[in-house]
Amino acid sequence: MVENIIEVNHVSKSFGGVHANIDISMAVKKGSITGIIGPNGCGKSTLFNSIVGYHPIDTGSITFEGREISKLLVGPIARLGLLRTFQQTRIYSKMNCVDNMQISVSHRSDARHGFFASRKGEILDRANHLLEFVGLYSKRNLISGDLSFGQQKLLEFAMALMNEPKVLLLDEPTAGINPTLINGLIDRLQRANQELGITLCVIEHNMRVIMNLAEHIYCLSNGRMLADGKPQDLQNDQRVIDAYLGGH
Amino acid sequence: MTGRSYLLYAVILVLGVFGPIMFPNYTQQMALLWVMVLMASTWDLLGGQMGYNSLGNITFFGCGMYISAVVQISMFYNVADYTSAFGAIKPEFTDEQYFTGLFLGILAAGIGSVFISYLFGLIVFGLRGPYFAIGTLGIAIAAGQLTGTIDYIGGGSGISMPFFPGDIEVRAGFFYLLCFILAALSHIVLRWIYSTQFGLAINAIRDDEDKAEAMGIPTLKYKQIGWAITAFFMGCIGAVFGNMVGFIEPVEVAFPVPTFGIFMVAMALLGGKGTLWGPVLGAVLFHIIKEATWTYLLGWQWVALGLILIINIVYFQEGIMGWLQRKYPEFFGITVDVSTREDGKEAKADG
Repeated sequence: MVENIIEVNHVSKSFGGVHANIDISMAVKKGSITGIIGPNGCGKSTLFNSIVGYHPIDTGSITFEGREISKLLVGPIARLGLLRTFQQTRIYSKMNCVDNMQISVSHRSDARHGFFASRKGEILDRANHLLEFVGLYSKRNLISGDLSFGQQKLLEFAMALMNEPKVLLLDEPTAGINPTLINGLIDRLQRANQELGITLCVIEHNMRVIMNLAEHIYCLSNGRMLADGKPQDLQNDQRVIDAYLGGH
Repeated sequence: MTGRSYLLYAVILVLGVFGPIMFPNYTQQMALLWVMVLMASTWDLLGGQMGYNSLGNITFFGCGMYISAVVQISMFYNVADYTSAFGAIKPEFTDEQYFTGLFLGILAAGIGSVFISYLFGLIVFGLRGPYFAIGTLGIAIAAGQLTGTIDYIGGGSGISMPFFPGDIEVRAGFFYLLCFILAALSHIVLRWIYSTQFGLAINAIRDDEDKAEAMGIPTLKYKQIGWAITAFFMGCIGAVFGNMVGFIEPVEVAFPVPTFGIFMVAMALLGGKGTLWGPVLGAVLFHIIKEATWTYLLGWQWVALGLILIINIVYFQEGIMGWLQRKYPEFFGITVDVSTREDGKEAKADG
């Protein structure tokens, strides 16, 4: 049986009177690609933020590799190897692409590079290799803030890979990306999963993308876990269809 | 390093070493110039490269000065007796005592300031933006006032530093060299750390600290190390400056918040913050302007300096190096793709 790398058990989170997450339970299997879908405002990003330690949860527990992380802050969780990308892309906008990549190396306790490590050699090679992987090699010396939104999104993805995380949480990786590039992105996500062995957990609105990508999908609605299952099962689930078409 | 920068360093080295020999009347002024170069460059480590605008770096200058004084005196005399004598007794230091004391004093000043920066960091590194600036300013002002209340180190009436054994030209040249060496050392250290991963990490904190934290960069440690490096050099130069001036007291000499405390920020902004050479250039220009206005515009010197500060901040925020980098990016090895820049703006507007 495959081990669950992330387990979320009965997590609730409310902001004042707004119940963003109510009694959510889910699991991400090691080495898998797991999807999270749901209409706008259903609590997907809140769930992400709870997992990576952005805000404390009200009740429930979250474990990463069997270790309770619901009391840890963002930095320590990231240094365990659980990384997220942002819905609103965030990069270091005044630095060039290569610099963005180089500083994204792992800062875990087993990291190979110290505070005053040289920027040449292995770090530079890997940065260039990953920039090529996402198709930004020709832009590598440009200031990253000057890139288009879609290119910044690819850069943020490459930066996450540079960190060599165990699990990567992606918040709407295809939003704002040119439709012709989406297939390329799906391919790269799958390759990151298979070749680099990174477990992926993806929030996605684009149904075509998530149905092709994920092995297991969770659907949230109004802060509750509505349904979960394999993509084809979920596609035919009346509750999911109702939630998306405003049936509540 | 390119051939160009070798040439630049050679010129600076020659000027630095032979300056006081060629213009002996300006030795003290040139020593002060190196002090300012050091202050502006080390301020820029946090202020420019990390985006944390500290107004309190002068704290380490003063702390270093007093730590050094206490070490130098306490090795051979009782500090309380020495400071309470108000010059009634003239403690004698032999040559050996003087130079051992001075050397150990400077070292203790640097190390002590690092320790103090750690303690203050615990308080102020929870703050960001303007709150960090005001928090550090508060610490600098408080440090000056508190020092004035401690009788053991002379209180508000200060301490007369041990006499330099030797005549006045040798004394001037000796302290000039110390200032020059410290400024050069700080430049070399900064140049090196900006070229390592450390430089990228503090730039990342400047651009987006929350993202840096989310990527697992231990931001607090980087801030602490950065401030410790600043504090070390500020502490050392404070010790040298105190001995060079010969008499130290809390408000005007050790913790001069409204002058040196603000000058170091103004110099970095004038030259271009976030660049290696900006603060150096800014310090040189600022010092020349300051001395020229003090000489030729006496009475209006503060007005002139204030005017330059206002023009700099309102109309010329990028500073000289920032402007040069934008104007001639190829010279600085920066690649700009105009077409992408425009695409980027459109795409962002859509998104």
